[in-house]
Parts: sequence; structure tokens; C-alpha cells
Amino acid sequence: MKVNGRSHTLDVDPATPLLYVLSDDLDLRGAKFGCGLGQCGSCTVIVKGQSIRSCITPVSSVDGAEITTLEGLGINQKPHPIQKAFIEEGAAQCGFCLNGVIMTAKAFLDQKPKASDEEIQQAMSGVLCRCFTHMRMFRAIKKAAAEMAR
Amino acid sequence: MRKHMEKKSHGAKKPAMAPNAQAALRRAGFSRRSFLQTTGALIVTFSVGGMFETSEAQGLLEGGVAGSPLATQVDSWIAIAADGNVTAYTGKCELGQGISTAQIQLVAEELSLPFSRVNLIFSDTSMTPDQGVTSGSQSHPKNFNHENLAQAGATAREALFQLASKQLGVPVDQLAAKDGVISVKADPSRKVTYGQLVGGKKLDLKVDPNAKRKPASEWTVLGQPIPRRDMADMVTGQFEFAHNVRVPGMLHGRVVRPPAVGATLVSVDESSVAGMPGVVKVVVRKNFVGVVAEKPWQAVQAASKLKVTWTPGAGLPSHADFYNYLRKQQPTRDTLLVNSRDVDQKMALAAKVVKATYYHPYQMHGSMGSSCAVADVQGSKATIWSPTQGVWHQQHATALLLGLKPEDVRVIFRRGSGCYGINGADAVTYDAAILSQAVGKPVRVQLMRKDEMAWENYGFAFVMDERAGLDAKGNIITWDHEAWCPVLGNRPGYKNPGNIITGFLLGHQPEPFQPRSVAPEPTEFVNNSNGVPSYFSGQVGGASQGTGNVRSERALVHNTVSPFWTGPLRSPQRLQNTFAHESFMDELAAAAKTDPVAFRLRHLSDSRLSDVVKGAAEAANWSARPSPNPQNPKTGAVKGRGFGCVAYEGGNGYCAMVAEVEVDRTSGKVTVKHIVTANDAGPISNPDGIRNQIEGGTLQGMSRALMEEVTWDDQKVTSFDWRTYHTLPLGFNVPTMETVLINRPDKPACGAGETTITVVAAAIANAIFDATGARIRQVPFTPERVKAALSEIG
Repeated sequence: MKVNGRSHTLDVDPATPLLYVLSDDLDLRGAKFGCGLGQCGSCTVIVKGQSIRSCITPVSSVDGAEITTLEGLGINQKPHPIQKAFIEEGAAQCGFCLNGVIMTAKAFLDQKPKASDEEIQQAMSGVLCRCFTHMRMFRAIKKAAAEMAR
Repeated sequence: MRKHMEKKSHGAKKPAMAPNAQAALRRAGFSRRSFLQTTGALIVTFSVGGMFETSEAQGLLEGGVAGSPLATQVDSWIAIAADGNVTAYTGKCELGQGISTAQIQLVAEELSLPFSRVNLIFSDTSMTPDQGVTSGSQSHPKNFNHENLAQAGATAREALFQLASKQLGVPVDQLAAKDGVISVKADPSRKVTYGQLVGGKKLDLKVDPNAKRKPASEWTVLGQPIPRRDMADMVTGQFEFAHNVRVPGMLHGRVVRPPAVGATLVSVDESSVAGMPGVVKVVVRKNFVGVVAEKPWQAVQAASKLKVTWTPGAGLPSHADFYNYLRKQQPTRDTLLVNSRDVDQKMALAAKVVKATYYHPYQMHGSMGSSCAVADVQGSKATIWSPTQGVWHQQHATALLLGLKPEDVRVIFRRGSGCYGINGADAVTYDAAILSQAVGKPVRVQLMRKDEMAWENYGFAFVMDERAGLDAKGNIITWDHEAWCPVLGNRPGYKNPGNIITGFLLGHQPEPFQPRSVAPEPTEFVNNSNGVPSYFSGQVGGASQGTGNVRSERALVHNTVSPFWTGPLRSPQRLQNTFAHESFMDELAAAAKTDPVAFRLRHLSDSRLSDVVKGAAEAANWSARPSPNPQNPKTGAVKGRGFGCVAYEGGNGYCAMVAEVEVDRTSGKVTVKHIVTANDAGPISNPDGIRNQIEGGTLQGMSRALMEEVTWDDQKVTSFDWRTYHTLPLGFNVPTMETVLINRPDKPACGAGETTITVVAAAIANAIFDATGARIRQVPFTPERVKAALSEIG
């Protein structure tokens, strides 16, 4: 497996959902177990440029693929523009959903840097935030879109 | 009264990061003393009284029964290190609501330090004073007024000034403090730092209730929109949630809950998981069933393969007919909140009597991440990492379940997903503790989505009758409110683990229901559930204690036994009652053919509530006219505006809201276009933090008003995931929002976490009425219900 540019060789049951491998074998904190059903987005990672739900993706199906997690976007000292936008907008309450929101938006903006508000909205329609920090998150996503398009 | 309307402010600079509290805490082990040693506070043993020893055991001796530092001691709240940096300790934890930022601001302010030089440790039974539960918009009232953290800070500042006065030989009133340095006003070159004065030593003082707080006019840190410290760690995946706690040698558990409400365990066939990789143990205790495995996925698989036989459920009342069932259910526990004993008599004299009944469903916390905890039970001692709102409750209740002494159980708060009240956090903490005890190793348990949603303590269902009489001029001359609300369990507190599912499965009973079929007359005015409408004068014991001027008044509540677990969900009861009161107030205004805002103001006596009403109306450019809007077309999409307001808990925060909606008459779909809120929570600690709460509360209130409802069949809950329990996703049409913050620096601090959400449903229902003339009295306002309400008026 290649995660955030690093290769890992693991001996796991091939049916194991990718999420469990990321959080328990590789000890990554970004992708999170929210529902285990692919319904909320908290487990989102990016594989081949697409945002996928790692809680319902068997690890065998991403064998050898390049996987990017939230940790792979940027670090505290050098955050990715979308992470920076979320920091600047204070776009969180409990913060549990941030992974799904940021990874879904990032994958989408990479594909469609000049997306309209409606398109962003559509792209985020399968992601939940139960603290309802929606307004700030949209502000952050649009800010990041402007920055990423530059 | 000073009043300041504040404009939006953004872009304050992020301060330098203080030492990472979470990492420091991990290093701390079991002792707060060793924590101080590792974070730079110099701990020395002195031979004189008042200084403390470095003994590891000391930490447990100096606290209350179960080892928490005493709230009466300044040292329990504030520690000044050798470098003059301050670590503050609080029992009010960060759930995501932003309270840690505000508490750091508070301590920095009282001690004249920059934000960056204060660190905060919260909710750890071994390290922080016992402040019960972080809930109910109580953190600001408890820690920002004249007690606890604020008063400890003020006492510490006065002590520092005394020490500096002695050292510099100058009276206190000729000294000034800035950035951790106390200097002589007339000669600033004569100065001494906090570190030099007390660094690393105890202050050994009692919290002085008379220590003078810094007045708001002098604030430089409090009142500023200082950003949260946790954002960078959260957006880069570094932040440690309870879900991320990892302990060496840790195993993983999953629970097997009953398939139906009231089902009990018949048998467990352990052979059904024999030989499955990684399975360590099947744990059965009374009706509690769980499995422990080496890895989480193994535990998930084993829990789903384990063959468990249960009895059928006890049977559930029909969902479709639930509100009628509720109204008829016996026995009841009745409570009169106010009773002027003349409502029937006054009703008979009224020119017009208006009646309406409102319905609110059970709703759930439905936190994004299913709850997770880690427990390490080794012999007679236990260490638990829990997302609970009340580590002290957990400490005692878990000790009870494990058969340990409370002082041998340490509970350390770690943030969970969301919160909004008692979600699965407490239950999963018991799950982890029981499984850890069974295997003698640390165990992490995360609930599966269904375990969380089918068994949490739901927000209360309600049936509410409202009845009022108007005189010929359209004034309210009498008002009668009667409500039915089913309850079962609650927060577990110190000794009722049976108040939540895991404790119950382990054989503990919920707090007993105590019927009381004739309510005693009220002897004191209590309105912390907003059972009394804001327009009541609240006459109890001869004094008007309400916020309104309706003197003929009665508010009666019947509690009954709930088939489902219930407990606090953001603005418990206040939200349901306010939906009824504020919708009904709108119905009364319409019956009186009066503008709903003017009608409210006419019946209010409280200036703070009136001020938020006026503030919201003004900001929304409210044009005075009765509802519904006579101009609106009878077909297609129509627009309306609605109003709602509340004196939260009768006076712990004030909020008014204008909702502007569009109703599609054909589909019944309601779209909220614009929301204007005016909020008064006393002095504003952090305007950005309060805005975040107001914005989130508004949208969560919208989701609850428009979509959310727990459903069930004759055996079990049927809303157990995001396909069956509906919530507004990130992609919905978020309304534009405008917030008016009313700052009252001279008033006590109030709560701000639950004010906005309390008024949303009524504001939307009133806007639907304004748009269409149709009154919707049942939450959620689904398109089907809106269409039904429209067809009723033809």
C-alpha cells in the first residue's frame, strides 16, 4: 500500500475495510469511523484523485494504489490551502466531520477548480456535519477554491 | 444599562500555540504533580507550611473523596510555573462548543497575561476540580461569574499584587500588571515577574469570593474574537479524539445489543465465533453481551457472527398513534409550574378563546462518529479515556459497575464526536470498562452506528395543549399550558448507571418513576425548562418572577414512563415548550389581527427579552402587519416571515429570531432563505465563539424542525442510520444569516449554546403560516405535513 507517498507492506485480511487499516495498522487519525455504512463521509480518503469512503472499501481493492489521507495534504506548519482556509474561517465545532468535508471538497476542487456555488453544494451533498458548521465550511471551501485556482 | 451592538469581526491573529495540553496530559500519568514537573513548573519541597511536597501520593490526598482537587483552593484552578506561564484547571470540558478558548481568555485576562501564555487542562478526575457535567449552557454562568475559575483567577491576581507590593516596597494601588510582570506605575523599571514571585510554588489560598474581578471596561483578552487553538491539529489529522486514544497492549471490543426494546438474553453460543481470527473473549453479564478481539475489524466480525438468542421485545406502542397514547398514559407525575387558580374563570369571560395542540417527536443526538472510549482496568484500579460530559459521574458510576472504589477509578476526558447532550458517550464508556475488566487488558470500544442510534437517550417527545383567552381589544387575559412528556432514565449521575442502556443491560434499574397524580401548588418559581411561556407574569409566592404580564396563568406538566431512553438533547424541554409557546403566541397575534412582534412586546415585561425582540425585528427590517400576508398568491411558491423568542431557562440567555421562508404549495417543501438572530448572553467572552454557536444552533434547529424524527415499529427503533434518520447534509441550501450580538458587560454571564436552537422551530412554523395561512403544529415539518396543513385550509 502507498499512503501519503510512503509504502507499507501489511499482512491483513483482504476483506478488511481500508479505514481499519489506516487507523489501526498505520495509526493515522484523519479518516474516521462515523457510520461504517458509507453514509456520512467521515472516513473519506482520496484514491486516484477520487474521494472514496474507506469504511466500505475493502483494502484489497486499493492494493498498490496511491492513497491520500488528511495527513497527506499538509502539516501544521505548512497546511494545504484548503486546510488553511478552514483554520482561517474557524470552520469547525467538534471537528469530527472535518476529514470528510475537507477530503471531499479537495478531491472535487482538484477536478473542477472553477466550480460554481451550486456545484460545490452538489459535491458536498453526501457529507454530514452534525454540529452544523455548514456556513463556515462553505466559506472555507470557496476561499480554498479561489486560492487553489490561482 | 450599557448596551453595545456589535458588528461582525474577523481576522484576529492566531496566537502562538501554548504547550499542547493533550500531549502533556498523556505524559502526566496518574499525578497532577508530576504533570507540573514535566511542564516547567518548578516544584520544591519547603520546610514551612503552605508549600507542598513532590510526593506522588499527594495528588490523591488533597482532593475530595475521589481525589479531585478541592474547588475552594486557588491552587486547584491556577498553577504558575517558574517561567511565569500559567496552567489553569477546569471541570468544564471542550466538546467543540469553544469553551476552552473562552476559559483561557478568562484566566489570561484576570492574570494580565497574553492568551498564548495560558494553558488549560480540563475534566480529569485526578487533576481538575469536580464541576459535575459540562452541559445545559452552564459553563459560562459557573466559571465566568463570581465563583470557581473566574474567582480563583481574581484571587490569584490579588495575591500576586500583595507579594509584589511586599517585594517592591510599594502599595498595591501603585502597581500595574502586564504580560506577567508587575511594575511600579511611577517607575516601570522597578518590576517583578510572576515567575519570580511564586513560580512553581503553591499560592495556598482559599478562593476569595470578594476578590475583585477585572471590569469589562479594562478587558484586552476577553471579549476578543480569539481563534481556537485546536483548528490546525484538527484540519491536519493530528488532533486526538477519544477515538484516537491508543494504549500499549490495547484490545478492541464491540457490543451486541438486543434486537428489540425489552428483549432479554436467553443464550449465547460462544462456539459460533470459536476459531475466528483474533477473538479473545466473549463477555456476557446479565443482558450485556460483548466480544473482545485483537483488532477492531475482528471484533466487528465476531460481534456480527456471534449467535445470540433473545426473548421477543416487550412490544411498543404504535408510532402512528403515539401522541394519543401519551396523553392517555397512566400513571403520571404532575408538576404545576405556575397556577393563578383563575384560568377557567377568566377563560369564561374572554371575548375569544383560542386553543391549539402541538406535537414534538423523539429526536436523537446522532453524533457523526459513533461513540468510543478506552478503558484500562487492572485489578482494583482503572483508567478511562472517555468523551463523557461528566467525568466525575463516570468515575462513580463506573466504579459501581466494576465493583471498585471511586478513588481508584480515574476518568480522563477526551473529546468525542459532537455531543449535544447525552449521546452514546457514557454508555460506551461502561462498555469499554466492562470488557476491559473481563480481559484484564486495556480495551477500546467504538459503537456501531445502529448501537448508537437505536439505544441512545433520545430528546423528549412532547404533546402540548395551549389555551388562551383574549379580551375585546385583543389582549391576552388568561393562558393555560398543559404538557405530556415521557421519561425513562437520564444522565447516570454518580449512582444510576441504569439510566442508560449499558447499565440497564448489566442489571441496574433506571431511576424509579414516582407517580404524583395531583400536582402540589408551586412554592417557588422554576422555569429552567421553559414550561412557563415568556408572557406569563410568573406569580409564585406573591412575586412576579416571569418575563411577561399575563397574570392569569397556569402551566402543568405530566411526565409519564417512556418506552425509550430519554435524556438531555440540546435545549431539552426548553426547545419543545418554546415551539408550542411561540407558535401559539403567533396564533394569538393572528386571532387579535395584530403584528406578531408588537403583540409580543405588548405582553412582555422583561427589558432584556424585549431588547432582543426589537433587535431582531430591526435587523430584519420587520414591517409591522398581521400574519398571514394577505398579498400572497394562493398557488406556487410563496414567501413568509416568522418570529420566535425566548428567555432561555427563564433568564439564562435571551434570543429572538426572524425566519424568512419559501413554501412550495405544490410539493409542500419548506426552504429557509434567511435568518436574523439577536442574542444576549451577558458579557461576550468571544464574539467569534458565540457566533459559531448561534450559526450551528440555528442550522441544527432547522434540521430538527424540518427533518428529524425517531421512528419505530412494534418491537424496535427503525431509525438507526442516516438513511432512516434524516438530517440536513452539508449540501443543502444554507440560508443567509445575520446575527446581532447584544453585549452586556455589566451583567452576569449567561449561556449561549442553546438559546438559538430553542426558537428555530417556532420561527419557521410562524413563517410558514405567514406565507400560506396554514398552521403546522407537528415537528418535523415534512412536505407531507405541510401539504396536509395546506389542504386543511383549502
